Amino acid sequence: MSLPLDSVYQELILRHYRSPTHRGDMDAPDAVVTMRNPTCGDDIVLQLRVRGDTIEEVRFKGQGCAISQASASMMSGLITGKSFAEAEPIIARFRDMLHGDESAARDKALGDLRALSGVARLPRRVKCAMLPWDALEEARKQVPGG
Amino acid sequence: MTVSMLEAASPALDLERIRADFPILDQEVNGHRLVYLDNAASTQKPAAVIETIDRYYRRDNANVHRGVHELSHRATEAYEQARGKVARLLGIGDEAELIWTKGTTEAINLVARTWGEANIRAGDEILLSVLEHHSNLVPWQLLAQRTGARLRFLDLDDQGRLELSRVDDLLTERTKLVSISHISNALGTINPVSHIAEMAHAVGAVMLVDGAQSAPHLPVDVPSLGADFYAFSGHKMCGPTGIGGLWGRRALLEAMPPFHGGGDMIDYVELESSTYAPLPLKFEAGTPHIAGAIGLGAAADYLASVGRDNILAHERHLMAYALERMAEIPDLVLHGPRDPAERSGVVSFTLADVHPHDIATILDGEGIAVRAGHHCCQPLMRRLCVPATARASFYLYTGTDDVDRLVDGLMKARTMFGL
Repeated sequence: MSLPLDSVYQELILRHYRSPTHRGDMDAPDAVVTMRNPTCGDDIVLQLRVRGDTIEEVRFKGQGCAISQASASMMSGLITGKSFAEAEPIIARFRDMLHGDESAARDKALGDLRALSGVARLPRRVKCAMLPWDALEEARKQVPGG
Repeated sequence: MTVSMLEAASPALDLERIRADFPILDQEVNGHRLVYLDNAASTQKPAAVIETIDRYYRRDNANVHRGVHELSHRATEAYEQARGKVARLLGIGDEAELIWTKGTTEAINLVARTWGEANIRAGDEILLSVLEHHSNLVPWQLLAQRTGARLRFLDLDDQGRLELSRVDDLLTERTKLVSISHISNALGTINPVSHIAEMAHAVGAVMLVDGAQSAPHLPVDVPSLGADFYAFSGHKMCGPTGIGGLWGRRALLEAMPPFHGGGDMIDYVELESSTYAPLPLKFEAGTPHIAGAIGLGAAADYLASVGRDNILAHERHLMAYALERMAEIPDLVLHGPRDPAERSGVVSFTLADVHPHDIATILDGEGIAVRAGHHCCQPLMRRLCVPATARASFYLYTGTDDVDRLVDGLMKARTMFGL
């Protein structure tokens, strides 16, 4: 058995790792979450600007591997402009995909994030891919009505 | 020395025979022969250790120091013989100075709790270094918080070596304890602990050496290091997990209050107070890890039969080879001392912008086990200005063929990341 490394480290993932979208800071965010993966020491700071129910802007920073950074970059792109109610099924589908659900890995609702489906076969790296999503769920708790 | 000369150098060990002693090495991982390079985290066990533990549970298992029956006698004999074997391996003449603990972490916590609370007062200073493992940092933070003592830190130079020129300034009449690792688990730096112990004693401080990485790799004669305490772990030297030890000078150990209270550590118990057993049992409350101690005794026998000088010579040769070969990899940054004589067993590195976890996953795909992360040394990582490193660590069963596989794996990681 060999690991699905060519799929995980494909060009799209490496492009998001090296040139992430939504990386940086924002002024006066409505939610800020710092999350750390204690086993590896990697961290993420996720910032959201929310108007009404809509996630207007997403920024993240921190230290991480290609998997966590690409996951954060693609997640930020996908959820910008969506409401938390719209984001919720996406979070669930992404989690399903990383737990090996093959129908989730084909679900167009996940967009480019489907490129991370191979991580399901790297169980020790699932946490890396989930880190920004766990931060997003925490951020939601900070937003009134989120 | 060139690579070809290193390859030609006659190795100190018969590697094929050594590898045959370790059953776990005979397997494929992800379709490749396993190359196990995570020995600084934990080492593999020779068949002699596995069989000794198996035999103990099949034939001799009983509690120690208690029964008059045959099995209790056998268990007690084997348990105490194991203490003698480990003491001899480490040059400890007085076996009562060797206390079994769960490992290095518990040994350091024992000293911090007992010696520390009896001797450290508000305003006293404890000198550590920035390259310490969390296990030689956090127990002292806790002690400092309980007592009001102050922690001070020896810094590193750009090759990860302790700045010895600063020791003199950092040691004062307030310094009561110096605790330094013999070998850095993250960088492999061999620290001049004997020299530091001398300087510590000159100001009246007590010196603890964290030997977690030196007991396995160097032919350490513990008492002659000149320190007062030495802590080590069995599982990093071919023994089982959950067993290790603390060596301390008899006068210090006798003056220290006990650590845990319970059975085995007492002499005479009344309802309101007790008197304590003599060394080493005073510090060994409760039923110990009997099989672990006996297994570690078998590991000590095994290492002695291979020869600790032979292991050292083998690892020196391997380290020189690894540093030479890894220098061939473009964009690879080696951390730690550049001179192979100043380091032992560990190569810590980063590769361009490839995160160490991605390196470890790609190497895992090639059947190569390395560690990636902060190596339980978060302050050191901050000092080196890297979030994490990848670490390959060697032992007596590691060969130049394993280093070649590592280099090939790293070249593959480069290709995969488009470098």
